[in-house]
Amino acid sequence: MRACLGLAAVVWSALALGGCVSVSAPDKPIVIELNINIKQEVIYRLAADAGNTIDENAEIF
Amino acid sequence: MNMPVIRTKLRRIALSAAAVALAIGGVAGIAYAQRDPAYDAARKSGQIGEKMDGYLGTVGSASPDIDRMVKDLNIKRRAVYAEKAQAASATLEEYAFTSGCLAIARTAPGEKYQAPDGSWQTRTSAPPIRDPRCP
Repeated sequence: MRACLGLAAVVWSALALGGCVSVSAPDKPIVIELNINIKQEVIYRLAADAGNTIDENAEIF
Repeated sequence: MNMPVIRTKLRRIALSAAAVALAIGGVAGIAYAQRDPAYDAARKSGQIGEKMDGYLGTVGSASPDIDRMVKDLNIKRRAVYAEKAQAASATLEEYAFTSGCLAIARTAPGEKYQAPDGSWQTRTSAPPIRDPRCP
C-alpha cells in the first residue's frame, strides 16, 4: 500500500512537471516557421529581378 | 507619287521615330528618381535602417516625422513588391525578403541594418551579417 502511494506520488509529480513544460513551449516554433517557409532556391530565382526593382525604384530604397 | 517612293518615305519616318524613342528611353533609363534628401539624411544618421523583411524600420525612438516617412516608404515598397511578386509567381513575403537581402547588401558604411538575430547593426566596410539564405 505504501509502495503504491509512493508510486502515485512519483507519477503525479511527473505529470505536473510534464504539464509545466508543455504550457511554456508553444510560442516560439510558430514564429520561426514563418521565416523558414521562404526557401533559398526561391530567393536565388528572384534575386536578379529584385535587384532591377530596387534600381528602378531608387527613390524608395 | 508612286508606291515605292511612299514606302521609302514611310520607312524613313519609322526609322527616325525609332531613333527618337531610343534616345528618350536611354535618357529615362539613366535618370532614375533619387532618394528624398530627408530620407537620405535619416539613413546616413542611422535613424532609419534596412530590415531583413525588405522594409524600413526606425532605429530607437524616432520623431513623428521620421515615423511617418518610414510608414509612407514601406507602403510604397509593399505596392512594388506585390506587383513584382505576382509577375514572378512568388509570394509577397518571398519577394520582399529577397529585396531585403539585396537592400542590406547595398547599405553604405555608417547606415543601419537588421542582423538575423533581429538586432540593429551599423554597416562597416566589411560585408553585412545576413540571413544564410541571402544570395
